[in-house]
Amino acid sequence: MITIKNLHANIEDKAILKGLNLEVKAGEVHAIMGPNGAGKSTLASILAGKEDYEITEGSVDFDGEDLLEMETEDRAREGLFLAFQYPVEIPGVSNINFLRTAINEKREHKGEDPISAKDFMALVREKSKLVELDAKLASRSVNEGFSGGEKKRNEIFQMAMLEPKLAILDETDSGLDIDALRIVANGVNTLKSKDNATIVITHYQRLLDYIVPDFVHVLYDGRIVKSGPKELALELEEKGYDWIKAEMVEA
Amino acid sequence: MATYTENELAKDLENKEYEFGFTTNIESDKAPKGLNEDIIRFISAKKNEPEWLLKFRLDAYRTWLEMTEPEWAHVKYEKPDFQDITYYSAPKQTKKYESWDDVDPEMKETMTKLGISLEEQKRLTGVAVDFVMDSVSVATSFKAKLKELGIIFCSFSEAVQEYPELVQKYMGTVVPKQDNFYAALNSAVFTDGSFCYIPKGVRCPMELSTYFRINESGTGQFERTLVVADEGSYVSYLEGCTAPQRDENQLHAAVVELIALDDAEIKYSTVQNWFPGDKNGKGGVFNFVTKRGMCHTNSKISWTQVETGSAVTWKYPSCVLKGDNSVGEFYSVAVTNNYQQADTGTKMIHLGKNTKSTIISKGISAGESQNSYRGLVQIHKNAENARNFSQCDSLLMTDRCGAHTFPYIECKNSTAKIEHEATTSKIGEDQIFYCLQRGIDEEKAISLIVNGYAKEVLNQLPMEFAVEAQKLLTISLEGSVG
Repeated sequence: MITIKNLHANIEDKAILKGLNLEVKAGEVHAIMGPNGAGKSTLASILAGKEDYEITEGSVDFDGEDLLEMETEDRAREGLFLAFQYPVEIPGVSNINFLRTAINEKREHKGEDPISAKDFMALVREKSKLVELDAKLASRSVNEGFSGGEKKRNEIFQMAMLEPKLAILDETDSGLDIDALRIVANGVNTLKSKDNATIVITHYQRLLDYIVPDFVHVLYDGRIVKSGPKELALELEEKGYDWIKAEMVEA
Repeated sequence: MATYTENELAKDLENKEYEFGFTTNIESDKAPKGLNEDIIRFISAKKNEPEWLLKFRLDAYRTWLEMTEPEWAHVKYEKPDFQDITYYSAPKQTKKYESWDDVDPEMKETMTKLGISLEEQKRLTGVAVDFVMDSVSVATSFKAKLKELGIIFCSFSEAVQEYPELVQKYMGTVVPKQDNFYAALNSAVFTDGSFCYIPKGVRCPMELSTYFRINESGTGQFERTLVVADEGSYVSYLEGCTAPQRDENQLHAAVVELIALDDAEIKYSTVQNWFPGDKNGKGGVFNFVTKRGMCHTNSKISWTQVETGSAVTWKYPSCVLKGDNSVGEFYSVAVTNNYQQADTGTKMIHLGKNTKSTIISKGISAGESQNSYRGLVQIHKNAENARNFSQCDSLLMTDRCGAHTFPYIECKNSTAKIEHEATTSKIGEDQIFYCLQRGIDEEKAISLIVNGYAKEVLNQLPMEFAVEAQKLLTISLEGSVG
């Protein structure tokens, strides 16, 4: 699905990613953990196509295509989805209108006809149930006046609507209470299939109780320094990141 | 500003930057250039006007001569040479059309290019269109149906001939002929426009619509609109404008007067997309317009405008809330791009008791443009319990444009309640990135964000106008983020 090789990236001449390698196959869930400032959100932003970063080295292959050469919107249309850590408010634009535009852009990109209003509304009903999103929220302005939990659920709702190949959840658990966490996780798990993949970026092991990863990676100082099975997350939870740092220093 | 040559014009036309930049070849019956009393007499005679109207014009002209062009607006431009303007130009074909089929095919083609297609509009939307090309109405539809209800909707010239007593009674009562420099000029030289009268208790069953179009090169268009809603009546009036691309700045100084008698309601909507000049600020229409409504007891006047065109705009659709319990509303979206300048807003004059006004102004500035909101809320001493709510928002698309807000509040009655909110924001890169990440390209993203921003105003427009207005916003802001 996605193969990241030796990725180096700077922001304003400051190196953030320093040779990151990662491979995610279809059907897999990968968790990326790491301390603040390790480069987790940078990785998500770079994969999604945010222009603030300068890629100095490395390559990213997304389903046989050079991801770094693709426009941001084309990455999305080809099935890369980022659930934002801080979902953006767009006043005056209804969630429904926003999503319908997004879906139709994707369909047009694939040479398909726009979705009919009937099919679209049926899809909205089906998918909003998945994240227990109030139908009223669907017709409100995008994220405007939403609570923190509603914003995150709305991200997963959008993900469900857009059916991405690769979903990257950037600290989706931050600011969620336990009920919301369960709802969000349930949404992600339901959408999981052998044809898609998920990268879960998180600080805490908590989310991984609900979204069980196949692999856990530790991102530290711009590199993946440790990878392992889901138990690695528990170990991190227990010991914190200091032992990783210590290992790094020793190495 | 350097002189603009024919060659440059040809080049501009090739570029097709302005979609409606074409000229119709119809022979015109023109007055010589320049302005003096003889020209005014010529116009009046051409239009076979009664003596009182000629006197109205001449009085206005003499007052105008004593006036100076206003300079308080936040706009900079080269003042028009009033002796270099043709004040009368009418398509030569003066005979009235019996049916739509009789209309000059070339004129029809013009309308098709404008996307008007009258037949379609008549059939699909039930809109009666009074099409004004260079100051003379050439087609008025649906008249018979309106006539059944006693509604008069015709060109101003026709009204002068057919309903002189109504015209004489109301003309100049809201915007006096000496009101301001451009209103006085209009009062002296106006050539045509629209007249609308809704009789007592009648609810006009369709949106009345007039498309104005400046066509003749170097012809300032001075139209006048007079809408009278008699007691207990209702009318929704649409005004939409496009002008062909032109090699010199064209002056447009219109006067619109609305009169809502007791318990009447007038909704007046405008979409204005006259040529804004090219991307270097050359050419474009000067839009200096006086629009005002008079509200009698329990009446309501609502102005909605979507302004995307013109090089320089100077326009303040206002309400005089004379009657008790009357309501005035102003909803505006003003977009400026490249070197456009707009100084627009409203005046709400509260005279009666329990009068209410609402002002929602959304400015969008892009390129190097300057966009100003200028508004006055005035509560007079007898206006007990007057209420006003104003909201003025500005959206900046670049670092080089300007947004300005000049709110004036004068309150002489302590029972008044006045609220004013203002915000300025820059279009968010994070908003655009969010859209891009969902597969929506930048142009569509801007369109979504801007239309969302302007939604409160667009929602006030009748359906068919709202769609056009949304498209206009998008076209006006193409490639404007920076």
